Amino acid sequence: MGALTTTSGARGSTSGPLATGGPGRGFRARRTLLRGLPLVPAVVLLVVFMAGPIGYCVYYAFTDMRLTGSAETTFVGFDNFTRALGDDNFRNAVWLTLVFTVLSSIVGQNTLGLALAGLMRKASRTVRGVTGTIVIAAWVLPEIVAAYLLYAFFRREGELNSILDALGLPEQNWLYTLPILAVSVANVWRGTAFSMLIYSAALNDVPQELKEAAEVDGAGRWKKLWYVTLPLIRRSIGTNLMLNTLQTLSVFGLIYAMTRGGPGNKSQTLPLYMYEQAFKNSLIGYGTAVALMLLLVGALFSLVYLRLLRTEV
Amino acid sequence: MAPTRTIPRGARTGRNRRRAEGLAVHAALLLVAACFVLPFLWLLLASVNGTADLRASAPDPFTLDNFDAVLNTETTYRPMLNSLVLCGGATTLCVVCAVLAAYPLSRYRSRLRRPFLLTVLFSTGLPITAVMVPVYGMFVQVDLIDTMYGTVYFLAASALPFAIWLMKNFMDSVPTVLEEAARTDGASAMQTLYRVVLPLMWPGVTVVTIYTFIAMWGNFFVPFMLLLSPDQLPASVSIFTFFGAQGTVQYGQLAAFSILYSTPVVVLYALMSRRLGGGFALGGALKG
Repeated sequence: MGALTTTSGARGSTSGPLATGGPGRGFRARRTLLRGLPLVPAVVLLVVFMAGPIGYCVYYAFTDMRLTGSAETTFVGFDNFTRALGDDNFRNAVWLTLVFTVLSSIVGQNTLGLALAGLMRKASRTVRGVTGTIVIAAWVLPEIVAAYLLYAFFRREGELNSILDALGLPEQNWLYTLPILAVSVANVWRGTAFSMLIYSAALNDVPQELKEAAEVDGAGRWKKLWYVTLPLIRRSIGTNLMLNTLQTLSVFGLIYAMTRGGPGNKSQTLPLYMYEQAFKNSLIGYGTAVALMLLLVGALFSLVYLRLLRTEV
Repeated sequence: MAPTRTIPRGARTGRNRRRAEGLAVHAALLLVAACFVLPFLWLLLASVNGTADLRASAPDPFTLDNFDAVLNTETTYRPMLNSLVLCGGATTLCVVCAVLAAYPLSRYRSRLRRPFLLTVLFSTGLPITAVMVPVYGMFVQVDLIDTMYGTVYFLAASALPFAIWLMKNFMDSVPTVLEEAARTDGASAMQTLYRVVLPLMWPGVTVVTIYTFIAMWGNFFVPFMLLLSPDQLPASVSIFTFFGAQGTVQYGQLAAFSILYSTPVVVLYALMSRRLGGGFALGGALKG
């Protein structure tokens, strides 16, 4: 091993006493610095372009900054936040974000992704290939293209209504009557592949013997799923739910291209509300306060995600 | 006599049940596939339709005029080139930084390692959308607004936490034995990384690179906020001009352009999944 120290090597943490004696403190400090050198470009990028904006975010949120005449920016304390909480449009946006997230991420992508991954294990190679390719194609497509496809699908003269018509069911102008449902389905269409991939990998790791043992004990299909498979992949379920939710919280382009948050504000989730306040109404300070709240919700979910993975780091 | 008769019958019903189950599985999968394929139909049909609207109808007349109409510098070549410069630059920057950062994180122990990794993992979850308003404000103040390189920096930074995390996981699975040999022969850390570790983990590096590029190619919000002049806009934003001021939307051309714009990432993904198991490798690295 000699001078080389690896994670598997004998000399572990620089914080602990050196097991082999070795050189002095100054050398170790210098060695730590030298080894940390490759981290510098990443750290600089992250500090300037991620931590920087987050710092700005916290600062702007407590000011009345506007797009026009930024010279008069003053500190306004919690005004932006009290204003948001008292605003019907803001509460509407919070509610729609919740509906959008639960419908499309937790119910839609997660369940459909798990179902597809499970069914594909039992399907023939061809069917598995065809289904996988189509679902993944929807995921690989650029966001705006996906938005246009689903826009065409849900339009009054679009495919969905043609199918309903052919089945003798009543037509709907989906983008006007139920825009939040339309954009949720769009998000399921676009995002299911991700869950499917995660669950496919997870199900591959479930030992076959455990399922067979359960079968011998007389467990049916659903019992096997509930008592054997799901508990074994619970960490993947947690990871997937968190990542899906975080992705869905920040969906902007898909909704913007399909409905612009409309009609009225019937599909205006928090990111669209934030955008409208900051740029259409030129209230950067207020828009940033909304952004900060969104960021805090995201941070909260991210912390839960971190707890799920903490043993890996 | 009785048992010998019941055993085959039991086996037969079991086989029948299994066949019925197999049929149900295939029917369910094909139904989902059909639902997922519907929106694509409009895209394919409208792109070759001379009189396309939002209906998915047979091309009437069948024509390639839509492609002809959009294949010019203004509509297709420049936005695609902008996309390539933007996403290519940002992906390169991001992957180089991620490889460099992953090496010490994967190979050395330090008391700073765990907090650093936790921070990286935490930032993979932050909704980038939420910071776009302050990023806009910051870019105006430091005069990076409407510059390609400013946008490249931000795109790279926003993809970096995820790239570092994936890269570190891939690097962890490369055995250290060969490295030790190289180090005893006097190679420096960077030489070892470049000549020993990277060749052993090129599938991982490729997956991260292609995944990062695909995500950036489709990214709409970041260039939409940070780039203003029309001649700098990438395809993800320029596609909005089809809903132009003229009022009438050229749906056939929109569909044709959508196909041209989507082709690079679809091809990249197909190549990756054929050679490297594609998203399945990603799912494996992520499943936690």
